[in-house]
Amino acid sequence: MVRLITHNLLACHAKGCTTNNFPLKLTDIKLALREADFNPDFLRGFLPRIEWDALVQASREIGDTSLPSERPEMLDDDLLKQLHRVLLEASHSHEGSMTCPNCGHVYPISNGIPNMLLAEHEIG
Amino acid sequence: MSRPELRAPPEIYYGDTEAGKYTNNTRIQQVQADMTYRALELLNLPLDQPAFLLDIGCGSGLSGEILDEEGYIWAGVDIAPSMLEVALERDVEGDLFLQDIGQGFGFRPGSFDGAISISVLQWLLNAETSHPTSSPPHRLTRFFTTLHSALCNPSRAVLQFYPTSDDQVQLITSIAQRAGFGGGVVVDYPNSKKARKVFLCLFVGDGGGAQMPQGLEGDDGAVEGEETRAKFERRRQRELRRERKGKQKGIQGGKEWILRKKELYRRRGKEGVPHDSKYTGRKRRAIF
Repeated sequence: MVRLITHNLLACHAKGCTTNNFPLKLTDIKLALREADFNPDFLRGFLPRIEWDALVQASREIGDTSLPSERPEMLDDDLLKQLHRVLLEASHSHEGSMTCPNCGHVYPISNGIPNMLLAEHEIG
Repeated sequence: MSRPELRAPPEIYYGDTEAGKYTNNTRIQQVQADMTYRALELLNLPLDQPAFLLDIGCGSGLSGEILDEEGYIWAGVDIAPSMLEVALERDVEGDLFLQDIGQGFGFRPGSFDGAISISVLQWLLNAETSHPTSSPPHRLTRFFTTLHSALCNPSRAVLQFYPTSDDQVQLITSIAQRAGFGGGVVVDYPNSKKARKVFLCLFVGDGGGAQMPQGLEGDDGAVEGEETRAKFERRRQRELRRERKGKQKGIQGGKEWILRKKELYRRRGKEGVPHDSKYTGRKRRAIF
């Protein structure tokens, strides 16, 4: 299971792929929900690390349109709950793939685990 | 039996059978749990804030379960698909990735509040092919540089591993330093063969402003003093003591001793103390 919180941190690490390698595009992915404990302190602390545009894009790709497209100035409880649901509860379904927007490397997801292995010529 | 990392690469060694064995063995579970708690202690995370951690070589999620219990949110990487499958079955909370840490991480800079790794680093010390990218120094460099950038500043990474020689420790620490890490090696129970554990404690920035932690001392459960001394040492000491005592007071039953005792009784006023004579304390002749 890859939650959007980790997807938001994940860039392509193939050789020479250093610019425009984020975010990885999600394809053939169905939204699956998995409950997690709501932790507002963690979300507040973590929010500065999030790339908002990438998060919104990724959540749209998996069919969730609840987030506003601009990074909100104020954090109220409703928004935190929404963020919690999108970041920590919504996870990818079992199969699918992630594609690097720059080099086009496809990271297949099987059984909920993305395969991040590179071929020998792609190792940096 | 030779060490596992010398027999096969990790993704092959930890196949289905070995992954099952590894996860069901209670002794391994206990050892892994102890090391995970110790690693968390060495990470020295702030108490008030739940952290986002990276578990390098999470395997079947033995350490991940403890991270869940302690309330951390984490992501794990491992190279063995069978181990990850077991982790899925055990239903751990963290996100799992199939990744070769020797190829480096793709995480954005400053992603994690800390990283732990239990019994993994020694797997990076063997070259699987002759390709330059699979030489241990290259893989270690790639691992440490990408790990350094994936951690936020200040933070720490604690990596427990089993080195076979001091050269390996030297190689690993020098590469980690070149990647920008501070810190060094912490050895727990350095005098014990079984309990000895090597932790590489790496700092990004000042690592949270604390000093380098100390390794645990002691002999891990062995009775202090008793076991470390040579055998027969106590008996020899006892004999030595007796000898010294004998010299001081005369051997019990000898003429000197009898005279001293009689003198003592007379001084105390005891009645019927025999007179001293030439026969005092003399041995009776054997009749036959």
